[in-house]
Amino acid sequence: MAKYPTEPLKCWSKAKELREKFYREFSEAHEKGGLRWMGSAWAHDAIPQGLGRDVKCITGEPYGASCAFDRPLSAEFLAATENYGFARDLCSYMRNYWGSILVNKYALGGEFPKADFAFSQHICCSHAKWYQNACELEGGDVPLFAIDVGAGPYPPFAPKLYEHRVKYVQEQLLDAIDWLEKVTNRTYDDELFLECVWNDVRSTHTWAKICMLNRAVPAPLDEKSIYSLYVFGTLQKSHPEFADFYEELYDEVTDRVQRGIAACPTEQARVMSDTQPPWGFLRIYRYLESWGAVSIGSLYTFGLEGMWLYDDERDEFEPRPMPAEKPKTREEGCMLLADWHLSKPEYQHFYHPEYKTRMMAAMAKHWGVNGIILHYNRGCEGLSVGIAENRLGLLKRGFKVMTYEGNMGDEREFDEKATETRIDIFLEALGLQKPE
Amino acid sequence: MITAGVDCGAKNSKTVILQDGEIIAKASVLTGFDQKASVKASLAKALEAAGLTRDQLDRIGGTGSGQKDIEDADVKVNDIKAIAAGAHYFFPNCRTVADVGAEEGRAAKIDEKGGVVDFAINEKCAAGAGAFIEAMGRALETPLEEMGSLALSSDNSIPMNAQCTIFAESEVVGLIHAKTQKKDISKAIHDAMASRIVSMVRRIGVNPDIVMIGGVGYNPGFVEALRRELGVERIYIPDIPEFGSAVGAAVVAANNGKS
Repeated sequence: MAKYPTEPLKCWSKAKELREKFYREFSEAHEKGGLRWMGSAWAHDAIPQGLGRDVKCITGEPYGASCAFDRPLSAEFLAATENYGFARDLCSYMRNYWGSILVNKYALGGEFPKADFAFSQHICCSHAKWYQNACELEGGDVPLFAIDVGAGPYPPFAPKLYEHRVKYVQEQLLDAIDWLEKVTNRTYDDELFLECVWNDVRSTHTWAKICMLNRAVPAPLDEKSIYSLYVFGTLQKSHPEFADFYEELYDEVTDRVQRGIAACPTEQARVMSDTQPPWGFLRIYRYLESWGAVSIGSLYTFGLEGMWLYDDERDEFEPRPMPAEKPKTREEGCMLLADWHLSKPEYQHFYHPEYKTRMMAAMAKHWGVNGIILHYNRGCEGLSVGIAENRLGLLKRGFKVMTYEGNMGDEREFDEKATETRIDIFLEALGLQKPE
Repeated sequence: MITAGVDCGAKNSKTVILQDGEIIAKASVLTGFDQKASVKASLAKALEAAGLTRDQLDRIGGTGSGQKDIEDADVKVNDIKAIAAGAHYFFPNCRTVADVGAEEGRAAKIDEKGGVVDFAINEKCAAGAGAFIEAMGRALETPLEEMGSLALSSDNSIPMNAQCTIFAESEVVGLIHAKTQKKDISKAIHDAMASRIVSMVRRIGVNPDIVMIGGVGYNPGFVEALRRELGVERIYIPDIPEFGSAVGAAVVAANNGKS
């Protein structure tokens, strides 16, 4: 029985249109005299955007997720990748992406649009090989530049030598700009670059502020919807329309909180998740809601493309404040980008699972979570590192934790019915009643 | 108060009838393809053994992988709640229970009232369940009933893949070709499976009073391997381990859905 009023998000159709436009612009870039580049959703995408407004990108992770959402299409891509000789236990986004190139089919329709260059970053070993192979599969003449972001944890986790570590990344970003000019024969536009840096900061800061609003009871957003909204940060953080959209969304969600509008009208319990979901089975979130349990988000949806700071002393997790001033030079822009992104919450667990556990525990406390559902995601080596440690850490802190195995992009490794059974057991243990 | 607990498992459908907390009848039939029919047959057989009719039952609790086909169930009992209540019924001091059935292995940490505190269930692989030993028995050309005692007669330890039935079977074939004695292979199989269950139990925490239920409780080779791997003096097993979940379902039904 409904406890709270609910209503659809007003900006839902705009979100859909923006996403479709983004993918269409990538495929049509050459027709309009522009350039196409491919790279990770974690890449410093403001860097290539300084080449011109007609430069369009595709980021591999959200593209892989879109493929996975369409299960028959994904099966075709995965089979093509395996037939080519790639192992089945590699990153499933990457396999969907490679399959798309091999089958020469764009998930949004038509042939797969090949890129002119690749610009990425290396946080996990899959990222490191992803675009190397993609460049080869696209003909072997696609140039690649990647930033090594393995510069250690951000303060407060590891403050030592930070000024040197951030400089290490900044200098690579400056090198990347020189490289981009060479491989594209274009003159770099610093003014446009600085505008894109600021868009990046705006969108990632505003996304964190939107997630903060989900501390409200009832939660104005549920995680299934959050997946459709956080995606803009993964597509292109530096995109002006995406930064503007997040500001519009912030106003709308603020209004929902003020009016007590719930994402799940029957909200009785709040859970949080972790890592990417099995994209072909997002209905498990609706299954949770049928019990009156709303998933309010995760460190993944909040912190992959949202910028936060963890405060050790207060055990608080809050949006990273906007920088006091806009950068004025290429060097300042690269320094801001380097520093801003090194504070990304989702980078920190690569150095120690305890950092992630602390952030998750702070989230669970401040967002009023009753239980935590962890996905042992076989499809993502990078974000699955240390999840079992996180589970132990959260249990020690007194949280109730459930785990399930699956794969974000390979439906063969997810058992929907068995997962529902686990959810039943877990929610019943949390004191909820199974709906008739 | 008379209640029945029905556990529709992957291999057998079991029914237990409780009268004021005492088991007065039990029955088990092969589940086969028609789960609804096997559930009805199991319940009918147990009622006949108790000399009762369906109308004399106050409530029926249903559990197991085929729970949805227990049409007569008044109370649906999830698998973990059922094993927790079942273990608590037989051994009230129990705080950790491992259930190893034909299709699944699972473990639960329980409180003093038999309520669930934490749980773990094996994933898509059958390597932590009875079907694993059955498959390995076929590869060894040894009847399932003899696998446990054969394992107990070996003192050798041979490491074996505990993660996948397919890989394990290849290893068994390799060991047969290497002229390894059957008893040593059988012990390796039981050790591998026990290590799988132990890793699950360790995830939720081992308590000295550990109870095992499920049909594999009849297999002395597995029970010994489990005891050794867990490093405990004894594993507590009820006389009728395969009825553990059915008993739990009957108990929960008697409490009208509560543990």
